[in-house]
Formats: sequence, C-alpha cells, structure tokens
Amino acid sequence: MRFIIQQTLNALQLGSVYALIALGYTMVYGILRMINFAHGDIFMVSTYLGFFVASFLLGWALHLPMAVIFVLTLLLAMFGTSLLAVFIERVAYKPLRQAPRISAVITALGVGLFLENFTLATIGPEPRILPQVVPVINFNIGGVAVSSIQILILAISALVMFILDTIVRRTMTGMAMRAISFDKTVVPLMGIPVDRIISITFALGSSMAAVGGVLYGIAYMMDPYMGIRIGWWAFISAVVGGIGNIRGAMIGGYILGFVEIFVAAFLPSTYRDFVAFALLLLLLVFKPTGILGMPVVEQKV
Amino acid sequence: MFKKVALLLLVLVLVGAFVACAPPVPAEIKIGVNAELTGGIPVVGASCKNAAEMAVKEVNDAGGLEVGGRKYKVTLLIEDNEDKAESAAAAAQKLNTAGVLVHIGANASRNAIPASTVCEDAKLPMISPWSTNPKTTAGKKYVFRACFIDDFQGVVAAKFAINELKANTASVLYDVASEYNKGIAEIFKKTFEEAGKQVVAFETYTTGDKDFSAQLTKIRASGADVLFLPNYYSEVPLQVQQAHKLGYTDTIFGSDSWGNLELIDLCGADCEGLFFTTHYAPDIATPKAQKFIADYEAAYGKTPDDVAALTYDAFGLAFQAIQAAGKIDRQAVRDALASITKYEGVTGTMEFRGTGDPVKSAVIIQIKNGKFTYYTSAAP
Repeated sequence: MRFIIQQTLNALQLGSVYALIALGYTMVYGILRMINFAHGDIFMVSTYLGFFVASFLLGWALHLPMAVIFVLTLLLAMFGTSLLAVFIERVAYKPLRQAPRISAVITALGVGLFLENFTLATIGPEPRILPQVVPVINFNIGGVAVSSIQILILAISALVMFILDTIVRRTMTGMAMRAISFDKTVVPLMGIPVDRIISITFALGSSMAAVGGVLYGIAYMMDPYMGIRIGWWAFISAVVGGIGNIRGAMIGGYILGFVEIFVAAFLPSTYRDFVAFALLLLLLVFKPTGILGMPVVEQKV
Repeated sequence: MFKKVALLLLVLVLVGAFVACAPPVPAEIKIGVNAELTGGIPVVGASCKNAAEMAVKEVNDAGGLEVGGRKYKVTLLIEDNEDKAESAAAAAQKLNTAGVLVHIGANASRNAIPASTVCEDAKLPMISPWSTNPKTTAGKKYVFRACFIDDFQGVVAAKFAINELKANTASVLYDVASEYNKGIAEIFKKTFEEAGKQVVAFETYTTGDKDFSAQLTKIRASGADVLFLPNYYSEVPLQVQQAHKLGYTDTIFGSDSWGNLELIDLCGADCEGLFFTTHYAPDIATPKAQKFIADYEAAYGKTPDDVAALTYDAFGLAFQAIQAAGKIDRQAVRDALASITKYEGVTGTMEFRGTGDPVKSAVIIQIKNGKFTYYTSAAP
C-alpha cells in the first residue's frame, strides 16, 4: 500500500508537468488547428529563463526572502516566455497562416531546432540545476516520502490550471478564444480582433509551460535537449485528452504521468515506453478523438 | 645532346647523394600521438598532449632512450583527431607514413576503434591510454591499452560491494540505451550473484530521462543494501538526489564515468560520502605517482587527471618495450609489449597476458568534503 501511495505521488508530480505543457499544445491547436512543435523547446527556454532570473535575484545584494525570489522567478519566467512565444508566432507562424498546414508544422519544427541549437551554442551543453529557491525538506509520513518540492509542484500546478480554466471559461477574452476555435470565418466579422486573441493564446499557453519549466528546473535539471522528450510526452497527453480541449489536456497529462510511473513500477522498466505507448494506442483506437475531444466536422464553405 | 648528358649526370649525382646520406640506423625514435585536441572533449586532448610532452622531455633530458647499447633521442609527432572517427583514422595513417615506431592514442573509444584498425593493418604498435571499450583491442595483435576494460570495472564494483560495503543484496539502475552503462551493469550483476549474493532490483532507463522516481521507489521497496549507478556524471546527481528525496539512505556507488568534477557541482551535499571505481587517484601513495603528480603540477599548474596519468603510463609501457626489444623495429616492439610481465606505472602495476588489455588494479574513490579522495585499491 505504501508502495502504491508513493508511486501515486511520483505520478502526480510528473503528470503535473506534462499537463502544464500539454495546455500549450492544445490551446494553439484549438485556435489555429496547428501543432506547435516548438512548444517543447519553448518549455526548455523557460527553464533557462528561470535559471537566470533566480541566479540573478540570489546574487543581488538585496537579500530578498526565498518566497519572494520564487514568486518573482516564476512571474518573470512566465513573462519572458510569453514574449518569446508571441514573437515566434508573429515572425514564423503568422506569415504562413494561409499556407498549407504542413508548411506551418515544418516551420514549427525548424523553430524548435533553432531554439535547441541557439541554447546549445550560447549556454553550452552541460546540464544545470536551478539554484535553490525552495528549501528541500523531506517528510516521512507513515513510510511514504514526501518532499517540500513535491508539494509545491502539485499545489502550484493545480492553482495555475484553475486560473487558466477560469480565464477561458469566465472572461470575454476566453469567450473570444472559444469563439475563434468554434468558427474562424464568422468570428472576425463580429469585431473580434483575431490576431490579438491568437497572441494572447500563445502567451497563456507558453506561460503555463514556463510554470512547468520553473517547477521542472527545481525538481530535475536542465539541458538544451530536455524539451524533446518532455515535449513529446506532453503532446501525446494533449492528444489523449482530446486535442483542442483544455480540461482534456490536464487529464491527459495526469494519465501519461500515471501510465509512465505505474508501468515502470509493476513491469520491468525496460518495457516502460513500449507498454505505455501500446496502452495509449489502444485508447486512441477506441476513442480516436481522445477522452474529451469532439469529432471534428469539416465545414463546407 | 650536351644538355641531356648534363641532366643525366645531375640525376646520378643527386641519387648518389641520397644513397650516401641515408643512415644505416635512425638516430632518433619517433613516437606519434593521436589526440582529441579539438572537438567535443578538448580537455582530454590537452591532458594527453601535456603528459606526452612531459614523458618525452624526461627521457631526452636524461640523454635519450638507451636501446641496444646506444642512446636515441625521442621525437614526438602530435596529430589532432578532432574527436571524429574518420579524422582519428586519418591521423593514424599520417603517423604511420611519417614512420613512427609506436602510436599512442586515441583516447575516446569512438576514435580509438577506427585508429586501431589502421594500426593493425599497418602492423604499427598502438597503445590507447583511455579507451575502455573491449572492441578497441579485441582480436588485434598490434593494439594495446594502458587502462582496464569496462567488464573489469563491473567485477571490481561487485567485489567492493561484497567485501567493503558488506552487502548481501544490491540494486542497480542503469541506462539501457548506452553500451558502456549496460555492459558494466550486467557484469556487476553476474559477479555479484556468482558470489552467492542477490541483486534484488535491476532497473533501467533510457538516455535523456530525468525522472527516475518509479524505479527508485521500487529500489527502495526492494530493501537492497546498496545501490549501484554505472552512469554518466551528468545524470548521476539527479538519480542520487531523487533517491534521497524518496527516503533512500544506504550507500550508493558508481563507475569511472562519475570522475568529472562537475558531478560535485551538480550534486552538492547529496553525493558526500559516495564511492566510485576508477583508474587512478591524484592522492594515491606510490612514490612514482607522487613524483609524476608533482612534476605535472610544476609544469602545467594543475592536478593531472586520469587521461594524463594513463598517457604517461602508455609512454612508460612504450619505452620499456622498446628497450626490451633492443632494436628499432615495429615487430620487435610489439612482441616486447605483449610479453611485458611487470610495469610499475602511475596508475598501478600492469602486465599483459596474451591480449592487448593489461591486468592491473583499479582504484576506489570516495567523495569527501567535495573532493575525490583515494579510498582503496582493488586488485584484479
């Protein structure tokens, strides 16, 4: 039983990160019908941004309290990453909006490669850890090990996902996003600034990735290629949850976290990815649009 | 007509001059170094070059190498292999054409393996200081190395766990996608179990994974006495930290891939007190090693790493073999190398028993106060 509880905690931690990144994939797909393959690398850049902000704030002579440094790191990383994503959208994706969909996908892959190699060339290949902005305290509750970092990851992820969900469901901007996602041809006629809403979508999606990035940097380690593997798992989370659906992406992220951890927990770990993806394929065979996805009806114009 | 006769005479004179000038025996011994001076691991190339220059300078300062009652000056030819397989082969070819007696290098196995093929074909004795992959020397007559092979580390680690750590059960977490890690992990398991002990958790991951919590939770639940991590220094800190966060408190140890100071930077206090097996320890106590370290520090202002020590030993092996051969001849040097029964090196005592892999001891290092500290030696 302790073993299962421990593995559940491990799965929730990993699932939170997948869910946060999956949101960016699903939001961009929802609004543009485009898969932003650079998103995993945007996540990677956000971790490095967090690293530099935290190092700078800790090195600063002001001796800010840890909690302030942590919140500032999180906010500045979110802000910087949003700017980057909006810039990428304007420069690389907007000119291709009328081009065949495959062009935008290839451009996104190119942007991802650019971000990886740019980081590699300017910062270097050696792995780094985020300076300690959160004190590590290990608790032992009835034989189950829980660390302060684990609690922080679970709490912050749940909080920002709740905020995002509220924005999308309860605000005018959120309504505009859902409207564009519903019908791209009619909505601009109603006076909704499509370009601005698309920018806001990119900003929101990438700031979720930045929350994931900073939390990931605290719990794990960063290197220029980290975005590839995590990006894939998060993308698949979005697909499993039903791409285009925000709550679906959250659920999908946690499902992938659970599958990854529990397959390794009960089967030889060498089979982990193989079994995990076989299970997901099976799910998609029976539910091709994902758990919360709606079948896409192509509109005839 | 006159012009033609003059030309013919000129040619004859020139040919005569060359024949007359060619000495019956060379006055010097050429040794070639094939090193990773540029590319991905320039630190390795620099250590190799430094140690090579030091080894040659020592011999020349003593008046040269005495072979068959005559003193020869040693000249060093250094080629950069750019840490690329094809450049390593080209560098070996170039050194062969330049007429070197012994080829030292390359260091990383990915470069040493192609270079070894060239040397084998050219019947040129080669000694790789640092390549631990069995393929470098396997089935080759002219290729040797100054370090032990991967398999040996697995054996040493298993014996260390049994004898020093008094472990009855062990767990392993290794990268199943990397030849080096997988090889050591499997040999460790085999040796440990042959001694009547039990490997209770044998867990894997693939290169690039950052979350090991599922495997480490299993390892903790298995109740193993020790945890063996034969993985690279860039991944080990995460594994150790996650193990500690999951409440694992027993001894953790690893292999020579830990031996980079970056490990301590990334790992911090979590790695304090842990062990790993490697080729050499800077604070090892033999007088020969101490002299080497002092000389190296005086010449280059830094502590020699394992590549420098092994390169120095590769030269030591070459010099001993040339002297034993008694003549400047590649075949004779190869035969002498193969029959070395005792060489006292900086990295320990070595002998060759019919293969290119030396029988030598390994060193166990403990991380103490943020430093790699000599703990004990392990005999083969």
